[in-house]
Amino acid sequence: MKVIVPVKRVVDSNVKVRVKDDGSGVELGNAKMSMNPFDEIAVEEAVRLKEKGAASEVVVVSCGGGQCQETLRTAIAAGADRAILIETDAELQPLPVAKLLKAVVDKEQPQLVILGKQAIDDDCNQTGQMLAALLDWGQGTFASRVEVADHAVVVTREVDGGLETLRLNLPAVITTDLRLNEPRYATLPNIMKAKKKPLEIVKAADLGVDVAPRLKTLKITEPPKRSAGVMVPDVAALVAKLKSEAKVI
Amino acid sequence: MSTLANILVVAEHDHGALKSATLSTVTAAVELSKMSGGEVHVLVVGHNTRSAADAAARVAGVAQVLLADAPQLAEQLGENVAAQVLAMAADYGHILFPATAHGKNAAPRVAARLDVAQVSDATRVIDRDTFERPIYAGNAIATVQSVDKVKVITVRTTAFDAVPSEGGNAAVQMVDAVADSGKSAFVSAEIAKSDRPELVGAKIVVSGGRGMGSSEKFIEVLTPLADKLGAALGASRAAVDAGYAPNDWQVGQTGKIVAPQLYIACGISGAIQHLAGMKDSKVIVAINKDPDAPIFGIADYGLVGDVFELVPALTSALG
Repeated sequence: MKVIVPVKRVVDSNVKVRVKDDGSGVELGNAKMSMNPFDEIAVEEAVRLKEKGAASEVVVVSCGGGQCQETLRTAIAAGADRAILIETDAELQPLPVAKLLKAVVDKEQPQLVILGKQAIDDDCNQTGQMLAALLDWGQGTFASRVEVADHAVVVTREVDGGLETLRLNLPAVITTDLRLNEPRYATLPNIMKAKKKPLEIVKAADLGVDVAPRLKTLKITEPPKRSAGVMVPDVAALVAKLKSEAKVI
Repeated sequence: MSTLANILVVAEHDHGALKSATLSTVTAAVELSKMSGGEVHVLVVGHNTRSAADAAARVAGVAQVLLADAPQLAEQLGENVAAQVLAMAADYGHILFPATAHGKNAAPRVAARLDVAQVSDATRVIDRDTFERPIYAGNAIATVQSVDKVKVITVRTTAFDAVPSEGGNAAVQMVDAVADSGKSAFVSAEIAKSDRPELVGAKIVVSGGRGMGSSEKFIEVLTPLADKLGAALGASRAAVDAGYAPNDWQVGQTGKIVAPQLYIACGISGAIQHLAGMKDSKVIVAINKDPDAPIFGIADYGLVGDVFELVPALTSALG
């Protein structure tokens, strides 16, 4: 069974982004870029399926500029077999990404696509569900446990109030939540070996997908600032403030 | 210009009752209806869920309720819910879901099939095409304009006050239920039963971080305070990852977004991902032994010290 894992290059989760003064975007400058944390979990899950013998090949895919090759190499160092870069300099929103991924899925014919549930830059939480809809496949979103059975996959999902377990016919789309696994660190030998694994580059324009954004970003602004309040010396002072000043208890 | 003026809200319910997330989503829909001149309709998808549909019909501002009631819709599987919405979609210019686990699961399937972009987590309606939404864990706010003929939107429920649950008098219209997709099947659910208020929507939230030290201490120290205040319990990601609290208690960028009247953060340092989930709370109290913890930078009231002494003392002081 072939598994495809789409990965996104995003600003590192430890970087605090700053809004540009002219409202045109956020200042990324030389900020550290990393693989989206949920996508690291997706790669790890696919590699574990391969190690258990449930998957035969793990193919990682990224959409974006040439620098995404770095993200793909990171995924290979973590255990993926080969990579595909769908190259474009266009601003990509989830729907066009789902269409580009569908083109890859149509060609590669995997049984499973595992994606991160959300990218930590645009926080959209859309691409996996959109891909599943375009493929007309079932979906197991926000997965905290995945078990491949005969022609099916059993997915436990994090939902409001607890957990829900579904059985999906294959092929299917899964999106990962935080508790699915803890991604491994790539070893130095694997990082070196990753440089020699196949990485195919496909031009987005050659896939016949209209990648034009459908949402126009008019401006990016700072959120309202919340200023620090006061330190209180003890519990009695805190209770007094909550009762008489804040009036919330 | 689109003539599809009506607005469809896809209800969040547990079959018996409407969830408060639906009421906040109707508020956003009512704002849109004032701009577009359209009516607000609510779609209830489920099985044996007439009472939720009747409740939706009484919600202020709702002009019509559509009820798709069939056994194959009982588990509200994403594939079937999306198909049901798509069966209704032709009549609407806006389709709104609450940004809950259910809504986030189904909405993008609808948008992709309609070949339109989705606006995720809308926090403000500017006009019928234009919305605000947080990005980068709420460290920036994007104003986005949809150029699509139909707008599929998930609504961040904490950003909109709930509309009154009474005052409306809409008709409930049965609609044909879609067939089961056959692609997924419900196996089981473990939904915690609790007398506490739901975390999202609670007026007071008592939340614990890694500083609580263990799951035993987390419960032993925070539960009495939550009981006394009638509060929901929350947790930071660090506390959930450490196994101190169940994962559906996680407050943050990728967990639950809350905005209670009072948020009491105990042993939480205040990573930006956590702040993203609670910084719109009206009043924030932080109790932490580290005076330099970032949580104090946004707290209205900060108390430095040992949570294992201060939280029980606070519980007693509340009488």
